[in-house]
Formats: sequence, structure tokens, C-alpha cells
Amino acid sequence: MFFSAADVKSCMQRVQVLKYAEEACYNGSITIKAFSSGLEIGSCNWTISSPKANIGHVSSSIFQSETAMDFNYHALQGCDAILYSDNSARNILGNVEDENCHFASVNSDLSIKSDTDNSWEVIGEALLNADERSEEMEKLAFIISCAVDSVEAGGSVLVPIGRLGIVLQLLEQLSLSLKSSNLKVPIYVISTIAEELMAFTNIIPEWLCKLRQEKLYSGEPLFAHVELTREKRLHTFPAVHSLELLKIWQEPCIVFCPHWSLRLGPVVHLLRRWCRDQNSLLVMEEGVDAELALLPFKPMAMKALQCSFLSGIKLQKVQPLLKILQPDFVVFPEYLRRHIGPPNSSSSFLGYSENQTLRIPNRKELPELYISMDLATQLSWTKLDHMDTSIARLKGELVMEHGKHLLLPGNEQAISSDTRPLLHWGAMDLESLLAALQKMGIKGSVEQGMSDAGSEIASVLHIFEPSKALIEVKATTTVISASDESLASLISEAVNTILNSI
Amino acid sequence: MAIECLVLGAGQEVGKSCVVVTINGKRIMFDCGMHMGYDDHRRYPDFSLISESGHFDAALTCIVITHFLLRGYVYDNVLCFLSYYLILRYPTKALAPLMLEDYRKVMVDRRGEEEQFSSENVLDCLKKVTAVDLKQTVQVDKDLQIRAYYAGHVLGAAMFYAKVGESAMVYTGDYNMTPDRHLGAAQIDRLQLDLLITESTYATTVRDSKYAREREFLKSVHKCVANGGKVLIPTFALGRAQELCILLDDYWERMNLKVPIYFSAGLTIQANMYYKMLINWTSQKVKDTHATRNAFDFKHGDFTGAEGTIACSPKQSTSSDCSTSELAPSVALDGSTGIETSADRPSSRVLSSKIAGSIGTEEKISYINRSSSSPLLLESDFEEKNGLCSEKTTYISCFTGSVTLKNSVVAVCRFDRSLINAPGPCVLFATPGMISGGFSLEVFKNWAPSETNLVTLPGYCVAGTIGHRLMSGKPTTIELDKDTQIDVRCQIHQLSFSPHTDAKGIMDLVKFLSPKHVILVHGEKPKMALLKAKIQAELGIPGYDPANNETVCISSTHYVKADLSDKLIQTSLSPNFKFLKTRLAADCGLDSLNIKATSPLQLCDDRISEGILTMGKSQKAKVVHQDELLVILGDEKQGVQCANCFPVNMSNFDKIKSADELSGEVQLFDKSSQLYAKLSSELPELNIQDCGEFLQVESFRASVCLLDNCPHRTMDNPCDTFEAVYFCCTWAMEDEKLAWKVISIMKNFGINAP
Ligand SMILES: [Zn+2]
Ligand SMILES: [Zn+2]
Repeated sequence: MFFSAADVKSCMQRVQVLKYAEEACYNGSITIKAFSSGLEIGSCNWTISSPKANIGHVSSSIFQSETAMDFNYHALQGCDAILYSDNSARNILGNVEDENCHFASVNSDLSIKSDTDNSWEVIGEALLNADERSEEMEKLAFIISCAVDSVEAGGSVLVPIGRLGIVLQLLEQLSLSLKSSNLKVPIYVISTIAEELMAFTNIIPEWLCKLRQEKLYSGEPLFAHVELTREKRLHTFPAVHSLELLKIWQEPCIVFCPHWSLRLGPVVHLLRRWCRDQNSLLVMEEGVDAELALLPFKPMAMKALQCSFLSGIKLQKVQPLLKILQPDFVVFPEYLRRHIGPPNSSSSFLGYSENQTLRIPNRKELPELYISMDLATQLSWTKLDHMDTSIARLKGELVMEHGKHLLLPGNEQAISSDTRPLLHWGAMDLESLLAALQKMGIKGSVEQGMSDAGSEIASVLHIFEPSKALIEVKATTTVISASDESLASLISEAVNTILNSI
Repeated sequence: MAIECLVLGAGQEVGKSCVVVTINGKRIMFDCGMHMGYDDHRRYPDFSLISESGHFDAALTCIVITHFLLRGYVYDNVLCFLSYYLILRYPTKALAPLMLEDYRKVMVDRRGEEEQFSSENVLDCLKKVTAVDLKQTVQVDKDLQIRAYYAGHVLGAAMFYAKVGESAMVYTGDYNMTPDRHLGAAQIDRLQLDLLITESTYATTVRDSKYAREREFLKSVHKCVANGGKVLIPTFALGRAQELCILLDDYWERMNLKVPIYFSAGLTIQANMYYKMLINWTSQKVKDTHATRNAFDFKHGDFTGAEGTIACSPKQSTSSDCSTSELAPSVALDGSTGIETSADRPSSRVLSSKIAGSIGTEEKISYINRSSSSPLLLESDFEEKNGLCSEKTTYISCFTGSVTLKNSVVAVCRFDRSLINAPGPCVLFATPGMISGGFSLEVFKNWAPSETNLVTLPGYCVAGTIGHRLMSGKPTTIELDKDTQIDVRCQIHQLSFSPHTDAKGIMDLVKFLSPKHVILVHGEKPKMALLKAKIQAELGIPGYDPANNETVCISSTHYVKADLSDKLIQTSLSPNFKFLKTRLAADCGLDSLNIKATSPLQLCDDRISEGILTMGKSQKAKVVHQDELLVILGDEKQGVQCANCFPVNMSNFDKIKSADELSGEVQLFDKSSQLYAKLSSELPELNIQDCGEFLQVESFRASVCLLDNCPHRTMDNPCDTFEAVYFCCTWAMEDEKLAWKVISIMKNFGINAP
């Protein structure tokens, strides 16, 4: 065993769960948000914003989903960089390359001609066009018609598909078809989490597509499996050997169960059982090497249907999407180089490949400090004569919040150093200092420094009233020596008036 | 910059919440309620103050609804606003049609008013409503950001955070700071706020432990039914009824009571359905108890507990005298005997027998849990829907039926009007709360004259309702109208817990959020004034309690933006900050309140004072590190140091020790040395570094001076009378105070040494 249930549990304790569009702040400086990607219920894309840059991460996304909340691409607008990592096209691309068919033709259906006549809405419509959906619906309809045929012929249907959204849709539509064909065939969902899943999918309206949400508002269950279970047409079981299952099992039937690899889970048993039955049907996802997967079950009399479902952004939609997002940088997998990045885009395109660090230049200007007005008015300003500039030393409490540096009036006692300047510059003129001291009633005399070989010229101001003190002045340092605290303090004040200080 | 706050409702009164806030040009209406106690224009906020012409679209950026509680919290007037942005939480949106429909019926039936809107109206309008998830940050437009936080109170209730530019505020709506049995306590982040608008229903009440209050409630109910009395609990649809039902269910089982508990409120049953579907939004505890097997298999003690049966039947169209949407007769279920149908409806029988057949033993229950796994309707439930209840579209019950009906327990049934005068004890939950009319009034008329009966009033009753009259001194008769008088001989019990926060909760929230200003709404005038004074005195936060139609104007945070140099960021954000002690202390008090503090990182670091803000005439303000300033100025740094070389009398020290000292000064500063110990104990807050040859505190540095003619030794008459050790000290000007303190400690050390 690589890990135990306890490992998983302790790992999950460190996981913070977010809702869509909830801001999670790491260290105050990085704000992380998730937005629906449309691929599956709860799946998401991320934005990561820091004071220096906003980055959007695009994973496999589907613009309009029948189950999950749609791909919220608007939320990715305003990102400085888009990290494009929808790899769903990889398989398709392989084939395409072979056939040497390019995507030049692709642009024509979305007609991105010039920037002038391309308002966002137009592109948006193109992204949302219903073709994708109807294509998917056709696929489902085909699967269902095959399934109904099999059942009518007395065969069973085995659906080891991992995509939850597809499973839920198949359940709904299959039951409708069975009903209209007047077929009383039970549907079993066999999985350790089947029951939980069925219950769970019905309490998460906030993650579902608009249509499903409407069901909530009209008081209907979110998915039809609720009704199916109630009507005892759908049954869930944790395992093939569940006692209840054995009690009510009947064939032909329709079974949804893991695993799509055909190597694990209930599917193995059922496939063994039905593989010689020419009336039975196996529905598989694409991405599995069917030859290899079915090898142990050969010879197969059972029909197998392999189906590819939409599992990401279609390549021809990438450019329109990027056009809407308008990032400064698009970072994409190198193998997509030929398909991403029109020459006349305002974005820069950077390809990445595995195990390679990519540096993205930072185009943002300096980050900003937000100084609260209350505090700004409390600062003590010094006007610099020759520069037409005023300067003030900062104080207060620096807070990092949602990637913003805020300076707020803090608790003052924490800052011990706001009475004396921290920094001096300018030239020290001993005569002026003496004059300033005299105004304070302090008397002394200047002893001009001797230039010893090798050492710095030091001038000294001896103070003898009210008590003895010494001010030693070199080119860039001044040292005040006094045994009396108040005298030392007065001298410091005098020094501050002669030098520039802040 | 200012935030303008126009209170249209709930100003120095309870009910009719409505506040219009203008922040940096954005106008948001929070809630839009009505007052239950009035029949005239006072029932509604005066919307003409928003826009005389009635062009609300132009006058408001959006409307935010925190929750529904009173029937028709959002009422017809809102419908004219609904053409644009209205924000509320998913559960609130889901419940809205129920609530509005119910309100509509009450109004039409009870007051004989003309229909102000139709059910279709309601559904149409709600389509335009934007529902939000908790903590989801909604960008209403470029500048306005809205976020919902969990408020407890009732299902779907939220506090709303609104931010425009740098100005931010929170409007709480009603909230609850202590978790009840089905909903958790309010949770909010620590936010930088200019304004907090909070409800103050219980501005001065501090409630005792919930446990004691619950026990008191249970005992009074038990006592009544033990004496053969009938208990009437008038409640609103959401929250209260569910919570009390769990309590009773629990208690019934513990005490092995068989007295039936009836649910007369169709609305409540529908609401329960939503509670189940929206389980996700109820408290973590309820969620957790549902383990993973099935989110809907409510185990013992959960809110759904008591309504084991389900199912609503339509309004009884035959009994035209009764005007409410209360539900028709049905099943009384007694776990021990099987079934009893109080109405001869076959569907009921099916239902009952199913439940009865499957419960009874623990074992069977677990069976139910396994097989009726999904959130499904019981068979008969659905039959009812299809057959008898076809006129209603909105209720489906998704109860599994297993529930709490463990062994004996509660027969929660719909209440037949004929049961009103049936013999024997019972407990009845009836709508509406406050006995403001409808079915609860009808039952009250019948039960009030008997002293064995009990009326339990949960929560607040608005002035003008019968509930209010019962609570403010027990009247002997209540005049319903000219012709009807009710003798009130029954016992009255007021439940002191309610889904509103108490005074401590309000104070805790205000303290936690530490806004710059607080506006109190939804409370009683004198109590609000007291609370306002308390907030001002204890927390130093200015408070306001405007009356209706008054406007409060407060200043809001405004920031000066300055470019920030990298060097300063690096010095001030390097991981070397101390956490502010005061802040941490403040948090401790709130732990118990379950407020999740995701406070921003608090940097208490002087290094921000190494930053210099420069402002030129025609350029943007810039913040640089002081070292960078000199580069900009093209000037050189002048180091200014203070110094002093002074003697410390060491003659009293152990001879051996001083011999050591002579051989190496190091000993004096050793961590084991007495001098070091002395300094550490006198200056505990400072980090005193022992660097071997010298000792350092901040910029202050002291070392033994062996020079005979040290220039820093400026004493008038150097003393040679004692065995003196000279210390040469230097420090930077900013550590002046500290330096002299250390010097005096060192000098005293010499004098006082043993
Ligand atoms: Zn309320
Ligand atoms: Zn010295």
C-alpha cells in the first residue's frame, strides 16, 4: 500500500475548501480564487493575484455544461498572464498532425477577421454557440439508442464511465427512453460511493448549471435520479456481492460502475459475465486503448461502443477566448505552438515544456502603498528647498491585505523612534552649531582639527557650560559626548537644526 | 469621502428593515421589509425618499436581501424593483416563492385585501434575482463588490459586505452569535470597515445558557401535557419550528412520552423540504452528523427529526371559513402500535404502514438507512403530490422517513381542524407566529379559555399582535374586534431564546470587526440608546441609532496611493515581524463565539519607519527606503552618534571576581554575569545581546574602556575614590531614552552591588 486511509484523512485536514469566487489569502499577499470551469461539478480554474501580477490558470474547461456550472471565463479577464493548460486537445492533436490537417480552416467558422468588427459579445456568442452542446447531446442519444436496442434484444448494458456529469445525464435520458419504449429494466449503480454520490449531487445547487438551479427554485429535485430511485427503477449498491443486490438482481439490466480501465472494480466481474453475449453492450470512454483493455475478455461477442466526450476547450475556441481575456502573456504547452498565438495579438506567447522553468517578465509597475488619509495627515512633513518636494517619514502599521500594502494608523507605542530623526545629511558647520547652542544657553569653544597624516580631519567643539561636553565632527560623522542627559538632548536638538534630518 | 445612510425602516423599531446606503456614488438598498403591526402606510418603508418619481432603477445600484423571516419580508413593493440587480443567497431565493406565496394568501384571506401580486408575478420576478454563495465575491459593477457571510438566524440568512473603492461596510441583517440546533453561529472575516450596520433586537438582553432556557421550555411543556393540557406554539415557518421540534423530539424519547405533536403549518413542512435539499447551508454539525452514508438520513436529534411523516395536503377547499393555507387531516403515527389514521385517506395509510413497518427496532432502522439511501420521497408522499395536491406545485417532500421515529416517539402529523377540540393533551406548532391571525389565532381562540392549556411564544412579538399583548403582562381578556372577546385563562410561557443575537453577541461582533462607525437598526429605541452608549464607552466606536427616514452621514476611509520601492518592501516584509500582542489578545475572547478570524497579517515592525514618503508637485507620491532617499537627493549621510564614558563602582564586588574581570573584561557581559542579569530583569521587553566584548541593546553599545584619556569621558571631576571600571557607550540619536535608561541601571548596579 502506498498510503492508508489515515494518510488521506490527515492530508485532507490540511486542505482548505473554497467556494467559487471566494477569496483565499495566503500570507496576505497572494489572493487565490476559484471559478467554475464547466468540466465537471465543482471543477475549477484559478486566479492568483499578487501585488506584482495576476495570473489565471485555465484547465480543461467547457463553455456550456448540462450539469456543472458553466465555464466562468469572464472572471479571468484582467489577468496579466494566462497559464493555458487545457491538455484535452493533446490526443486529438496527435491524429491531426498525422493527417497533416491544420487548423487554418478552423478560423473560418468563428470568423475572426479584424479587430475592428470584433466586439466581445460577438466572440462571446461564438464561444457559447450551441454546436458543442448539440454534438454532445447527439452522442448521448446514440449511446442510448444502442443501449435500448441491446436491452430489447435481451442483452445487458455495462457503462464503466468515470465522468460524473455524463453518468448523471445518461441516467436521466436512459430512463426516459426506457419508459417511452415501455421497457421495465432495472438500472444499477454499483460503487462504494454510489449512494453518497446520488445524495450529494442533489444538495449542491450552487455548483450546477442554470437549468438545474431553476429546478431548485421550483421545488424539483436537481437530478432525475431522485425520482428513479423512488420509483425503484434505479438502485445503488456498494459492491457486486451486496446482499440486497443479489436479492433483487435481474437481467437484462443496465449497470453503471467503475472502473473505466476495465481492470478494477465491479466492471471486471460483469464483463466476464456478459462478454460472450452478443446482445450485451459495453460503453467505454475514449482515452483507453480498447484493444488492450478488452484483451483479457476475448473472444468478445459483446458489442463495445467507445465514445469521446467533450473534455475541454476546442482548439478553435482558444483564440477567441484569449481575445476576450486579453492577457499580456499567454503561457501554453509547447506542443500547441502551431495552434495558439496569432501574430497580430497584443499578447506575448511563451511555450512551456516539462521540467523547464519559464520566467515571465513583470510588466507591472511598482506596487502601491495605500496610506490611510488619517495617517497621512498626521505625518510631519519637511520641505526640501532645492527640490520642490516634501518628504515625511512613515509611521503606523503596515498591513498586507488581499495583495495590497496598506499603511494604517497603528498602535503608536510600538514605535519607539518617532521623536528623533533617524537619518541626517548635509554638512556640519561648527560655527552655526555654536551659535545655535548659544541660543539655548550653552557655551563652548571650537578647536579646529589638525590634519594628521593618515587620519581624518576632526574638529572639536568643547562645551563647558552648563557642564562639560564634547562634540567631535568629522567629514561624515558627528559624535556627541556628554555625561548629562538633558545637556546631551539639547545638543542633539541643536545638531538636528544644523543638519538636514528626517 | 462619506457614506450616506438613509434608514427607511427598522429605525428605532423592530420590523420593516430597510436601509439605503450610498458609498462613493453607488446606492445599495439592504432589505425591504414590512411591519407586521400596522395596516396603514406605516407598514411599508417610504420609498418616495429614494426617488420621488418612482424611477428606482436609476436611483439604486442594487438591492441586497439578507433573509426571509417574517412572512413576506420582501413584499409587493419590491416587485417593482425587481427589474434589476437583487442579491440574495441561494436558500433565500429558493425559499422566496414559498414565503411570498404564503404572505399573499394571508393578506388576501385575513385582511380581505385585493391581491397585490400573483404567484406568477412572484416566480417571474425571482428569475431576475441573482443568488450568491457564501463568501462568493460578487463584482456588481466595476467598483462595487458584495460578499455574503453566514449569519445563522434562519436558513439562508446572510450578512453582507459591500465595498466601493476603499470604503467598506457590513450590513448584518438579523444574525445569531450562538449556534442553535440546526444552524451555526454567524461567521465573518476580520475586515477593514468604515461602517457596521447591525440589528439590535436584543440590545440589552444577555441571555443565560442555552441549556437552561431549553430545559425551562421543555419542563413547561411537559407539565402542561402531563396535566392533560394542550400546548400551542405559534411559529413562523423557518428556523424556530424546526429547532423546537428537535428539542421536543429528543425529550419525548427520553421521557418516553406518547403525547402527539402536531405540525399544522404547511409552510413549515415545505420549508423542511428545502432545509433538506439545502442541507449544505445548514450548520456544520448537522452536516457532520449525517455521516457520509446519506446526507438525508437524519439521525436522532437532527432538526428534521420530528416530522417523520411528511407530506402536505392542499388547503382544504371545503372549509372555506378558515382562511389560511393550513394543511388538512391525516395521519397520527404511533410507533409502538403501528398506525392510526385520523383521516380515512388511503394514501396516508400506505405511508404510515410503510414507516411503521420499517421502524421499531434499531436493526430495521439501519435497514432503512441503507436502502432508502437517496433523498427520496416516500411512495405515498408522491402519490399525494400527484393526486391530492396537484394544485400546488412547490412542495415535494424528500424525507426518508427513517429519521427519529426510532421507537416510540413523536407522531408528527398534520393537524385536523377537528382535532382542535378533541380530548386529550397535544402539542401543536401553528403558523403564523405572534398569533397575528390565521390558524394560530383560530386555535388560540379555542384553547385560551382553559387554564390547563399553555401558549408558548417563541421569540419576539411585534407591537400590535396578540402575541405582544400576551407577553406584556397577562391580560384576562383580549378583544379581537367589537364582537369577539377571548377569555385568556391559559398559561403563557415566553421562550427567551430566539434566532437573534443578544447584547453580548452584538458587542462581540462590533469588537471583532472594529469598524470606524456603528449604526444600530431593528431594535427598540431606549435599548438602542443604551447599547449605543455602551459601544461608545467600551469600544470607543461612535454609534448612531437613526429613526426612520433619517440620514446618517459618516466619513469613510480614503487612501493616498504612493508607489512603493522594492527595497522598502523587502526590508519591511522580510520575515522578521512581531505579531501585535494586543490584537492576539482580542482574538482570544472570541474563540468561543466561533467567529472565524482570517485576520490579515499584522506587522508590528518599526522598519516601516525606514520608509520616506516623498511628494513632488507634479509627480505621483513615492515611498522609498531612507537609504534611497540620499541617492535621490545626491547627498551623503551624516552619521550622528552620542557617546558617554562613565565609571561604575566595582569595589563592592567579590575580590576573586574582580580579579577575573581584570584578566578579561569579557566576564562582565557574560550571560551569567550579574550585570547582564540585572539589565535583563529591568528591561524585559528588550533584546539584550551579549556580544562578548560588548553589550548591545538596539543601537546602544557598551564596552569596558581601558583608555586613560577617553574623549567621551566628559565628567567634570573624574572620581578616583573607588575602584572604578569605565564603560564606553555609544548610541544613535533615536535610542536616546533607552541609552540613558541603561546607563542609569549600570550606574545603580555599581552602587547597589552586594
Ligand atoms: Zn429576521
Ligand atoms: Zn571611554
